[in-house]
Amino acid sequence: MIYVNNLSKSFGDHLVLNNVSEHIAPGEKVVIIGPSGSGKSTFLRCLNLLEQPTSGEITFEGQLITDKKADINKIRQQMGMVFQHFNLFPHLTILDNIIMAPVHLKLMTKAQAKEEAMRLLEIVGLTEKANAYPGQLSGGQKQRIAIVRSLALKPKVMLFDEPTSALDPEMVGEVLEVMKGLAKDGMTMVVVTHEMGFAREVADRVLFMDEGIIYEQGTPEQIFSSPVNERTQKFLRAVL
Amino acid sequence: MVEWVQEIVDKFKFVFLEKDRWLLIAEGLKVTLLVTFLALLLGLVIGMLVAIVRTSHDQMKKDNVRGVARIFLGIMNGICKVYLTVIRGTPVMVQLLLMYFVILVSAESEITVAVMTFGINSGAYVAEIFRSGIMSIDKGQMEAGRSLGLSYVTTMTKVILPQAIKNVLPALVNEIITLLKETSICGAIGLSELTRGAENIQSATYEALFPLLMVALIYLVIVMMFTALMSKIERRLRESDLR
Ligand SMILES: Nc1ncnc2c1ncn2[C@@H]1O[C@H](COP(=O)(O)OP(=O)(O)OP(=O)(O)O)[C@@H](O)[C@H]1O
Ligand SMILES: [Mg+2]
Repeated sequence: MIYVNNLSKSFGDHLVLNNVSEHIAPGEKVVIIGPSGSGKSTFLRCLNLLEQPTSGEITFEGQLITDKKADINKIRQQMGMVFQHFNLFPHLTILDNIIMAPVHLKLMTKAQAKEEAMRLLEIVGLTEKANAYPGQLSGGQKQRIAIVRSLALKPKVMLFDEPTSALDPEMVGEVLEVMKGLAKDGMTMVVVTHEMGFAREVADRVLFMDEGIIYEQGTPEQIFSSPVNERTQKFLRAVL
Repeated sequence: MVEWVQEIVDKFKFVFLEKDRWLLIAEGLKVTLLVTFLALLLGLVIGMLVAIVRTSHDQMKKDNVRGVARIFLGIMNGICKVYLTVIRGTPVMVQLLLMYFVILVSAESEITVAVMTFGINSGAYVAEIFRSGIMSIDKGQMEAGRSLGLSYVTTMTKVILPQAIKNVLPALVNEIITLLKETSICGAIGLSELTRGAENIQSATYEALFPLLMVALIYLVIVMMFTALMSKIERRLRESDLR
């Protein structure tokens, strides 16, 4: 589904991604772990071109999206992204947050979008918040809405950048539940997280990243129980 | 005591009522409000455009975008910077006189000259107000909009600007008040605005205190009413999002 070929990214002369190649298969759940500043976010943000790669190629569903002529807005509609800080639109109600993109992009009529929004809100248990504003919601609720907002575009892949890192501990569970549900429905997911429990349970594959390089990857079993790379071992000792 | 009051009433009658001199003030007020309103509209349009050019240029530079759009925006950005520097670096009185005697020398009416001068002048300040408003919005908002497949322009108009304008409303109100009061220099190009009305009465009656006091009072009341209206609107806007 997504092919990454020799991807590099520098900020100034700071090389953050160092010649990364990777393939994400349809339906696959990939979890990326690694120390702070290792380039996890940058890698994820390159996938939907929120960051412009310095060099390398990314192909999504057979389309070379790093090509200058690629219609990046069209591509992003098919790649949902969930941020650490939710980034809901504070001046719009929850319902308007959700239906704004599908209606504006003319993917649905307003009535269709509302219906779809309510269906998704039902799934995450927040129908009664449809007319509230983001400022009236808890962090966990906001993040569930942010997931719904992405899903309203019916994306083919969902990218998560530390979706639970900004949450109070008691709210982490409700967001992870939604993500697990999504995984069970067969969504292709790339998740940057420090939630090792989630990685163990949901991931088909875990990538360990450090200094802009994927040092090691494998099933959760391989990575967590018998990591080969010294850096992986050191990192896991520190976080587990 | 009674005599003293009577004196004031008589003087008031003489200054404002005799020969319908109050009409000078009423007509002047009309001109002042008209010039302020039209200049404000022009200033808001110019300010918004300049602010968007400046911020999108800076954004493109940060994102290291290349190509025709970047070059075009670079040129536009250069023009905007010169505009901001020149307008903010010179007195509005000089700008007004330059407009009247040189640039718009063929303009039909003084009102046109005044509106153009104050619109262009105010635009520079409004631009910086809007720009600070846009910059005050968390960059996650733009990223969220773009990640949903919305274009830069759509995200700007639907997500960033509504929040930015709300944030800068107090600064904008300030600028409008300044604009209203600054139009009082338009007498210099022979425009019969409010302050000029007072001056005309003064030269006809040799009375300075009454006409000037009256005009000061009128400015003050307009500003107070406008401020009250805007704080009401502001409160309404805040209520809707409960941040
Ligand atoms: N816009 C930027 N400009 C300059 N440097 C940046 C920018 N974004 C990221 N970096 C740098 O790139 C490096 C990798 O950042 P990145 O956010 O990808 O790390 P991360 O693995 O997601 O870390 P964390 O776990 O803290 O989120 C860091 O050193 C960071 O300072
Ligand atoms: Mg990160």
